[in-house]
Amino acid sequence: MSRLIRMDRSGHTTLAEWTAADQAAFDSAVEQFHSGLDEGYIAVHDQGGGRAEQLRELPRDAGLVILRRPIAGG
Amino acid sequence: MAAATGQGVLPELGQVPWRARTDERYLRRNARIWTTWTLAYGIPFPAAAVGLMLLEPLAFPVALACLAHGWIIPELYAFRGASVLRPKGPRNERAEQVAQGLLGDLLDHEPRELHATTGLAMQHSGLGVWLVGEAGALLIPPGGRRVHCFCVRTTDRELPPSDRIAHLLLALRTDEDGFATVANHAFCGAPWRVRRRMPERMRPALDAARSAARAS
Repeated sequence: MSRLIRMDRSGHTTLAEWTAADQAAFDSAVEQFHSGLDEGYIAVHDQGGGRAEQLRELPRDAGLVILRRPIAGG
Repeated sequence: MAAATGQGVLPELGQVPWRARTDERYLRRNARIWTTWTLAYGIPFPAAAVGLMLLEPLAFPVALACLAHGWIIPELYAFRGASVLRPKGPRNERAEQVAQGLLGDLLDHEPRELHATTGLAMQHSGLGVWLVGEAGALLIPPGGRRVHCFCVRTTDRELPPSDRIAHLLLALRTDEDGFATVANHAFCGAPWRVRRRMPERMRPALDAARSAARAS
């Protein structure tokens, strides 16, 4: 089961869950994913081992994809 | 512990196109500049105080003022460095529990324990060992003799504290050099100068990061 979550003021919100075999759920997740990007979020896939990757498209077998806000120098 | 080795380019770099990308060479040069500045403040003022006293003992009030300058200015710089880790903004206690769960999923066992006790997340990387807080981060390069303090935060200040840390951690893991470039460099100096001005609860995290940096 893959998940798309958004870090927000509630801690985080699960926007979509899907499996590789469930096309309808994946399509809905893709829609949520692009909606998040349009709102200015940055999509990140934490790959484990201290590595993360910025995503511009939602992989079908992503595992956990996190939408985060941009950072800036304080 | 896993090292941050993301190969991407941080999109936030577009906000600071005038900055050269931070790397080991930049950090070494920056450390030398900070050392020079510290000496420039730390030597002339006490020397002037001694000189004044030798020339005219009645000038001791001025000599005292010189000594105070020589002590206060480096103190203020170190205080600014330590301040990048101070908790800032709303605590959002209800949402914080949810955010802690997500941050815990992003951390290995040891860093998770360290975060639970100190509020800081430790991350090994190519440049050294990072300690990530809510609105800033420390970098201890290999050897553990220096600490670089960076002021950096998420653009949504209302997020629960652990989410703010998770934002910085994910950005760091995506592009470490880019993360250090976007962040504002607040201070560089000896770890003891920063440690004594850190909140007491956070000091064990700096000790652990120094030990890890010495071993790397």
